[in-house]
Amino acid sequence: MITRRRTSGLSCQELVELVTDYIEGTLPWRQRRRFEQHIAGCDACPTYLDQMRATIKLTGRLRTADVDPKVEAELLATFRDWRG
Amino acid sequence: MYQASLLRVARLYVSSPSVAEEVVQEAWVGVLNGIGRFEGRSSLKTWLFRILTHTAKTRGIREGRSVPFSSLQDEEGPTVDPERFFPPDQSVAPGTWATPPVPLPEHVLLADETLQIVEATIETLPPAQRAVITLNDVEGWSADEIRNALELTETNRRVLLHRARAKVRSALEEYAAEAT
Repeated sequence: MITRRRTSGLSCQELVELVTDYIEGTLPWRQRRRFEQHIAGCDACPTYLDQMRATIKLTGRLRTADVDPKVEAELLATFRDWRG
Repeated sequence: MYQASLLRVARLYVSSPSVAEEVVQEAWVGVLNGIGRFEGRSSLKTWLFRILTHTAKTRGIREGRSVPFSSLQDEEGPTVDPERFFPPDQSVAPGTWATPPVPLPEHVLLADETLQIVEATIETLPPAQRAVITLNDVEGWSADEIRNALELTETNRRVLLHRARAKVRSALEEYAAEAT
């Protein structure tokens, strides 16, 4: 049986709107504590939090994905020539 | 150097990739002309991007695209479909998940195609959300740099970031459900 409890006055529906503030570390400590208590007692919200973290990580990979390897190789070659 | 990042940032202010390329070139000219005035109080990179955003903003204004990001308060309401929770009146546990999220499978997290989904979803976001998630999560700018570049309050920055991330998450969830 799945337990999705309404813990410390914060519902799942309310929690999902606080996830960014939680991750950014900007929740006031009282709310942060309620958030963490909810997460500890809920078996669905941790998945939501994980998905948001995965989303942030994947988004960050867009930058590394687009370094043009050809340009990078040329730059490195120039650098080596320059150093002799 | 930084070419992809410069283009991506320029693109937030102007209407097309080709205009963004012109902006980047123009910014480099600005950098070369002004290099004598660079005082080393910020990093060269910060300075470069400051010139870029200034150039891109000016160009955006000339294009008639001068709507400030701060005025683009696009939408309100929940970021997760209310249908996924038990309703307030007729259930034992109102506001708890009725259709809980399922963990994203490892192969989805690692696939190149997943990155394309992320990129395509960001493209479709309203301008202010797209700008904030691009600078914050793709380019890794600080909150301070983002507020300055987009002329936003801290609350706006966080709200826009939250909405943008929630939409990308939702797109990933949908993609994972189709892929399995």
